[in-house]
Amino acid sequence: MRSIIKASAVALGLASVSATALFADAHSQLTGDLIIFSDMSNPAPRAVMEGMVERFGELHPDLNIELTVIDREAYKTQIRNFLTANTPDVANWYAANRMRPYVDAGLFEDISDLWAEPEMEALASTRGAMTINGAQWGVPYTYYQWGVYYRADIFAELGLSEPSTWAEELANCQAIVDSGRACYTIGTKFLWTAGGWFDYLNLRTNGYDFHMQLTSGEIPWTDERVLATFANWRTLVDMGAFVDDHQTYSWQEALPFMVNGDAAAYLMGNFAVAPLREAGLTDDQLDFYQFVEITPGIPLAEDAPTDTFHIPAGAANKDAAREFLRFVVSPENQTIINSGDGLGQLPVNAGASVDDDKFLNQGFEMLSTNSPGGVAQFFDRDASAEMAAAAMEGFQEFMVFPENLDDILERLEETRINMQ
Amino acid sequence: MFPTPVEKTSRTWQLTYQSLLPVALFLWLMPLIAVMVFSIKPDSDFSGGNYWGWPSSFEGFTNYGKVFFESQMPRYLLNSVFITVPTVIGAVALSCMTGFALGIYKFRANLWIFFMFVAGNFVPFQILMVPVRDLTVDMGLYNTKTGLVLFHIAFQTGFCTLFMRNFIRALPFELIEAARVEGIAEWRIFWYVVLPLMKPAIAALSVLIFTFIWNDYFWAVVLTQGAESQPVTAGITSFNAQYRAAYHLMSAGSIVAALPPVAMFFLMQKHFIAGLTLGAVK
Amino acid sequence: MSETAHTARNADHNPSWLYRNRQSIAPWLFLTPGLIFFAFYVIIPVFQSFYISTFDWNGLGDMSELGAQVGLANYVELMDDRKFHTSLINNVKWLVLYLLAIPAGLFISLFLNQTVKGIRLYKSLFFFPFVISQVVVGLVFTWFYDPKFGLLNVALGWFGIDSINVLGDPTLATYGVILAGLWPQTAYCMILYLTGLNAVDPEQVEAARLDGAKGVRMLWHVIIPQLKPATFIAFVVTIIGALRSFDLISIMTNGGPFGSTRVLSFYMFEKSLGEYGLRMGYGAAIAVVLFLIMLVFIVYFLWSMYQEERGR
Repeated sequence: MRSIIKASAVALGLASVSATALFADAHSQLTGDLIIFSDMSNPAPRAVMEGMVERFGELHPDLNIELTVIDREAYKTQIRNFLTANTPDVANWYAANRMRPYVDAGLFEDISDLWAEPEMEALASTRGAMTINGAQWGVPYTYYQWGVYYRADIFAELGLSEPSTWAEELANCQAIVDSGRACYTIGTKFLWTAGGWFDYLNLRTNGYDFHMQLTSGEIPWTDERVLATFANWRTLVDMGAFVDDHQTYSWQEALPFMVNGDAAAYLMGNFAVAPLREAGLTDDQLDFYQFVEITPGIPLAEDAPTDTFHIPAGAANKDAAREFLRFVVSPENQTIINSGDGLGQLPVNAGASVDDDKFLNQGFEMLSTNSPGGVAQFFDRDASAEMAAAAMEGFQEFMVFPENLDDILERLEETRINMQ
Repeated sequence: MFPTPVEKTSRTWQLTYQSLLPVALFLWLMPLIAVMVFSIKPDSDFSGGNYWGWPSSFEGFTNYGKVFFESQMPRYLLNSVFITVPTVIGAVALSCMTGFALGIYKFRANLWIFFMFVAGNFVPFQILMVPVRDLTVDMGLYNTKTGLVLFHIAFQTGFCTLFMRNFIRALPFELIEAARVEGIAEWRIFWYVVLPLMKPAIAALSVLIFTFIWNDYFWAVVLTQGAESQPVTAGITSFNAQYRAAYHLMSAGSIVAALPPVAMFFLMQKHFIAGLTLGAVK
Repeated sequence: MSETAHTARNADHNPSWLYRNRQSIAPWLFLTPGLIFFAFYVIIPVFQSFYISTFDWNGLGDMSELGAQVGLANYVELMDDRKFHTSLINNVKWLVLYLLAIPAGLFISLFLNQTVKGIRLYKSLFFFPFVISQVVVGLVFTWFYDPKFGLLNVALGWFGIDSINVLGDPTLATYGVILAGLWPQTAYCMILYLTGLNAVDPEQVEAARLDGAKGVRMLWHVIIPQLKPATFIAFVVTIIGALRSFDLISIMTNGGPFGSTRVLSFYMFEKSLGEYGLRMGYGAAIAVVLFLIMLVFIVYFLWSMYQEERGR
């Protein structure tokens, strides 16, 4: 992420100038239909997507744009259908390994040509996450930090301050538990939330490189270092740090625990801020801190999932689709869509500006200056689909029955071996 | 009559029975009644923890208004209608013919074909899932109401044939023989002699198939994906994803989704039960 | 009619091959449209699934190009797949417990088989759950079980029992889902028995009464034998319902917690079309197993029907 800062000075001027020129150039030419499938179905992202289409449409009055917004969860299973039939020209998806099956099956368009254009330099920080087999397959439009969102008023009431070491974290948590609350709310019905906890504990216990090796299947699940991660996790589980019955709730259904003050914190992506604010928490009550250091000396690394746009290989109007992708990554657009009244997330383009929002500023600061270890995507985006499914189910089970750990790891190891 | 009619029993049992009925019904429908109560409560009752108390205000109009005017629900409902009605017509039409063929004519393959329809009607959906999805994709009908309708017609033909064939078997065969003696063409026998007699079966089957198809969820998920073609059973999950933890709206949405087959049932009760229980008394 | 007879008489003078063989041709003409539909969407796909189950294919692109023929490897893998084992065991639970709908339905139908005022409305309202889609039934029961505010736990609270998280407990979750499924299924069986009871021969009942038969004895020896057709249909629809259980699981638990509520139908979907599932061949193999289980029952049903056909 440091590259964002470095590149920004150069890119800022360059990108905006050439992007404007390009628009002017393409303006008259684009015609026909542009079909876009999007998974931005929650209210705020939906409005952002619709706004983006509207602004793009104004630039290209002769282009007939059709936007279909599909429920975000349903989208994950439906993408394989519409990539093979009924293909749109542009589709949302995620970076890293999560796009590999579609790349391998030849369903995404190779857009390395787009990435070769000079204005893409401003996106250099995500080039790696968009690259498979030496080519680029999509463009990012947003990313967001993960970290601990907490109730500052509860911390104040208990006389706690933001922790920065594991010992402090545990001491804080003990105090919160003693006050009759849970330290963390979580809803693991759809599993990935538990993946977030594993990622952070693992990144802090063993570091970024270990995370990448583990998710790419190079390290056995029975490895001692994996056990160390789980041992740390178990400390929390045994303390009663997490809310009860989390396996029955979705992440949204777990929000009220925090809003009602039954839980003090939430390890989550920045998208949790909007619903928490909506539920009535003020910025005085809500604050953020970076996940604490566990093994001293291991450089801090973060999860910062990147959401993306792709062109399906079977798209009918690839010229318009490419133009739309250029529009999406332009600094002006990224500034608009990621602002507080839009997605409320971080722009990927180094030339875009981060909205002046308490949490966005902290996140941007954290990712650009205090994440020397690297930036990971997320467990289920870095690992292969089958491994992710099996592992996250194991994480959920571990959180309810930590004593099953040996059995869980044995199963995960079986899955890993079967896949090789 | 069994059990002994209450009129013939002691006064005490008569009174007990009369009072037991509403209590039993209430317990039986309790989960549903709970959702109905939810659907008229204001949002604040849920965030305030007043789940089961008296609604602090009646918000039925607001909640249902939101479902109808601020969500995709009307569209999903309409999709359901456009999927269900053609399926009913198609499946009933096809099975009138197959039922006629298998019920009237004697030929060697008759029983085998009949059994094939019956067996096909019993297979688990999953064994059809991948090929049917591929077939639908290949025909360019993926994510269309037509694709869903064609499959439903085909699959329901199995059940409908069983139904129609058994119904036709029970008709007086002399009528057909008489018509044949008159030298009437076979298709005319079908159209003018048998079809009019099948009216009750057609009515019963239509109501049944309507309910089956309206309530289908699995194929809706497999063959469609967006608001432009998904029926309400699949739509309700998108609706719920949008309003997760907004129990008053999810409840109202669920009630709306469940209502049409319920209305159908109450309007056509006689036919519905006749269809469902065909064969249960012989 | 007279016009018809006229045409037919004309035809008599000049009997074509078509006309002479009309009795053997006509059924095929009537069958053709139905058969074509059924063959393309039901019969052929069954065999295609068998074929797909011998492939390693992720469902993306063309199977013959991008898939790999692996023989029985998918089935071999199933043998050691613990998720598959869980699914199988849960399927057995479903099969056994779902049959409770039959006695439960009989019980309710006996309770309602009266002629008091308003009983028709009561019967309809008792039948009500069957008409509602399983998706809604699933939602309704999810809330019913909710550990925070569910009616179940509110009721348990009155008796001083701690709240239980039915759907969050791997030992209870499947039973919780089955119970939700029993609700509409019992209603279905009830209506079958109500119709059956209507047709019970009153003379036999009276005769048995004169012989001193009452209550359970009467039910067992006189009534239930006469309800045999209803019981057979109830058995058929309940078995099919049990093996088709998908909607409820998908809505109520999504297979969880940690996969404890999976059944074959759900696992198959998960493996082939689920969020992280990209294995069509493996999914097809699971479907084949489910199909073979169903086939046992299908053969039994057909055999029963065959016996009845011959008896006519």
